[in-house]
Amino acid sequence: MELTTVWFGLITVLWIGYFCLEGFDFGVGMLLPVLAKDDTERRVMINTIGPVWDGNEVWLLVAGGATFAAFPEWYATLFSGFYLPLLLILVALIVRNLAFEYRGKRDDATWRRRWDAAIIGGSFLPSLLWGVAFANILRGVPIGADKEYAGGFFNLLNPYALVGGLTTLLLFLTHGAVFLALKTEGPIRHEARSLGARLGVPTAVVAVVFLVWTQILTGTLASAVAFALAAVLLLAGLASLLAGREGRAFAGTFAAIAVAVAGLFLALFPDVMPTTLADGVSLTTTNAAATAYTLKVMTIVAVIFTPVVLAYQAWTYWVFRRRIGVHHIPVAPAAVEGPAAPAARG
Amino acid sequence: MDALDLARWQFAITTVYHFLFVPVSIGLSAIVAGYQTQWLRTRDERWLRLSMFFGKLFLINFAIGVVTGIVQEFQFGMNWSDYSRFVGDVFGAPLAVEGLLAFFLESTFLGLWIFGRGRLSDRLHTACIWAVHVGTLFSAYFILAANSFMQHPVGYTYNPTTGRAEMTDFAAVMFNKVQLVTFPHVLLSAYLTAAGLVLGVALWHLVRTRAGSDLGLPEAVRDHAMYRAAVRSAAVMVIVAGIGVAISGDFQGKVMTEVQPMKMASAEALYDTESDAAFSVLTIGNLDGKEEVFSIKIPRLLSFLATGSPSGEVQGINQLREEYRTTYGNDPGATYYSPGDYTPMIPVTYWTFRIMIGLGMLGVALGAWVLWATRGGRTPSGRWVLPVAVALPLLPLFANSFGWIFTEIGRQPWAVFGLMTTAQAVSPTVGAWEVLISMITLTAVYGVLAVVELRLLMTAIRNGAAPLPAASDTDGDAGADADRPLAFAY
Ligand code: HDD
Ligand code: HEM
Ligand code: HEM
Repeated sequence: MELTTVWFGLITVLWIGYFCLEGFDFGVGMLLPVLAKDDTERRVMINTIGPVWDGNEVWLLVAGGATFAAFPEWYATLFSGFYLPLLLILVALIVRNLAFEYRGKRDDATWRRRWDAAIIGGSFLPSLLWGVAFANILRGVPIGADKEYAGGFFNLLNPYALVGGLTTLLLFLTHGAVFLALKTEGPIRHEARSLGARLGVPTAVVAVVFLVWTQILTGTLASAVAFALAAVLLLAGLASLLAGREGRAFAGTFAAIAVAVAGLFLALFPDVMPTTLADGVSLTTTNAAATAYTLKVMTIVAVIFTPVVLAYQAWTYWVFRRRIGVHHIPVAPAAVEGPAAPAARG
Repeated sequence: MDALDLARWQFAITTVYHFLFVPVSIGLSAIVAGYQTQWLRTRDERWLRLSMFFGKLFLINFAIGVVTGIVQEFQFGMNWSDYSRFVGDVFGAPLAVEGLLAFFLESTFLGLWIFGRGRLSDRLHTACIWAVHVGTLFSAYFILAANSFMQHPVGYTYNPTTGRAEMTDFAAVMFNKVQLVTFPHVLLSAYLTAAGLVLGVALWHLVRTRAGSDLGLPEAVRDHAMYRAAVRSAAVMVIVAGIGVAISGDFQGKVMTEVQPMKMASAEALYDTESDAAFSVLTIGNLDGKEEVFSIKIPRLLSFLATGSPSGEVQGINQLREEYRTTYGNDPGATYYSPGDYTPMIPVTYWTFRIMIGLGMLGVALGAWVLWATRGGRTPSGRWVLPVAVALPLLPLFANSFGWIFTEIGRQPWAVFGLMTTAQAVSPTVGAWEVLISMITLTAVYGVLAVVELRLLMTAIRNGAAPLPAASDTDGDAGADADRPLAFAY
């Protein structure tokens, strides 16, 4: 196989990792106002993703870095072309990430409410915008003969892209609810389970619309198979949830997202960013790629280190496999500031 | 201002901001790991308390380091797309490898360290914070390798068909001679900065908790001996790292003179080639070289710094300009940037170079003073103890910023030395208003974050090292009691 194809595959894998992992922690963030009745319950929810959200996000950074290295033209056109949406995503990620770290650092309800808003908004925006961005990549955007993006901001807002955004949003919400059902105990677990089941129906409908639309626009046989499989997996996951099998349900939504993303990339291949202009140039895995030498070096590094990374990330999930309930939450947060006795607890 | 100016301002603001947190993250992770290891070996709980206390400061700092880093990663493509196209083949690889090797390591093991207290065995838990430190080292190495390519491109060929620089030798990029001197300098500066922070904080607590001072602190928080241990250890680190910074900086100066002679000339505002060149500590006058009003000079030091020999010849700006013109043709930046053709802004390079050295070395001197003033169980007192405690973290921190501003401005008008100017690097399709929106948004967000972070840090510092919780949460008998509250929760 061509190394360019290998790297297209590896970047697909990185995005799969990102959407499957950060997908559920976006979902948990968005569900914060829905599922938690009080601060302790909010803390239960946040602590289910506490040890892992940062590692989940690195999948995005590595996907970005790998695109830069393996397909510099793709990185350059995509990032300069989708300027404002990316800026929004950046700001959302900034406030959200800090919220996890800082919300418990002061014992003050207003402080916590603000950071909660940051978590909710910071999870909602990227969930929507990633779908919009990917739909636009699939549909094609105006790219000139100089390989530069020739459109504007409003080119990116079209019905297909909005359905794409809605799809990722709903998928992540469902995925998050299922994750919470798997990782919590007590009332939250039951509510998460029933919410997941209720969300499942609209999610499945919207996702099917988006995938069928994609298939019509740019699909191939392989992508059709993947999309069909993704739909089956999603439905199987939801059925398991209704049957009270939370582990299987999570495996189902996880696999559904993975296979759907794989299908999107299959539909895209061999383009990486098709153009909509008659006299424009579509970026492809070959004309956007780095040299064979660079790809070879990167392949060696990836082959050696990816298994190591997967091993220790899997280990973290193992270490933190226990369910969390309200009785696990220490009475006071590890506040550094607040009316409570100064630093009385570690 | 056009898109180029704005993109440069944005890059400068966001990168300098990112690098306020980076050296603290690198250095403090090592110090926290060291204290925790010391506890593991001696089982003296003071070390554990210190590691938890500085661990808290580390986490507050690290969080901002991470989020500002994400902006850096995206920014190359957003604002510098032609740069990304031109060097992506070379420059992308270290960035991607950094993500794979460093960022996964840092973030995963940090999660394990934060939440693993009481769940992992003590040894494993300590290993996690060491893993985080190793992650920061990898991160620094790869990103600096990328930066070193911009200072001194190696291991590539220019391909006229594709119009870009293409990598031919990955090892050459990784072991660029600029990189080999930059990495130790930056790393030691990071240790210096973090040790300065620990020293300043511990010194303040040392003075507060000395016998006879009654601040109404709970007895358990007032552990004078613990803070003494921190002060002594951090002062030693400041001195050792400081000496290392000076030595590595000296090596850097020689490599810099070799690969970017114009940078050395402008660091010194040396207009004409000289042998036995003196180092100017301070010059008041106009820096366009026309007249000198007042100056303090150390004879022959510049020659020594630049060439290793006190009588070596150091090239001046005027000669270098002619030389660059022959090599690179007419000044590529002349239309846009450098009024002096191929020369960076001389007042900036001149002053930032001095300020870097001055602030940093002053910090080291203060550290040495603290070591002396706390000898044999003494506790310094007096009005200047507090200012010293405040200055200790800040001096090296700002020295870092000035070092980078010097290095990056001194490279101008080049983005990649000899290959691509900054003006050619900017994204051609991104409008000035878009960059303006982004610059204002990021600057505003960063401003708010600075206030939040400072408040949190100050409060955490003021509260001091907390006593250990009464329960045996730190025993590390993992999973003994599944219903026990977590030792740590957000
Ligand atoms: C000498 C060291 C150094 C330098 C020059 C830079 N960084 Fe940095 N960066 C680090 C050292 C570091 C670190 C110590 O590894 C950080 C700081 C705090 C942290 O969380 O990790 C980090 C964080 C960090 C992150 C977040 C990682 C995560 O999520 O864990 C990204 C994406 C970047 N950086 C990217 C960059 C880019 C693109 C830079 C170039 C302009 C850059 N950094 C300069
Ligand atoms: C982390 C510490 C760093 C700081 C504080 C810093 C600072 C700066 C500053 C102040 C500029 C603006 C120069 C000018 O406008 O004249 C600049 C430019 C630049 N730096 Fe750095 N830099 C740092 C590290 C890096 C690294 C590690 C890289 C690459 C990996 C890098 C790449 C660039 C690029 C691409 C520019 C182009 C923009 C321009 O020249 O204006 N910098 N940097
Ligand atoms: C005797 C003391 C010092 C000398 C001789 C020295 C020398 C140098 C030189 C020559 C450079 C430019 C390298 C280049 O552009 O190629 C540099 C950069 C830098 N310095 Fe220093 N320095 C000293 C002290 C310090 C101190 C105290 C700090 C901070 C605590 C510091 C932090 C930096 C940083 C962050 C850079 C930019 C990154 C780099 O290029 O290494 N330096 N230094």
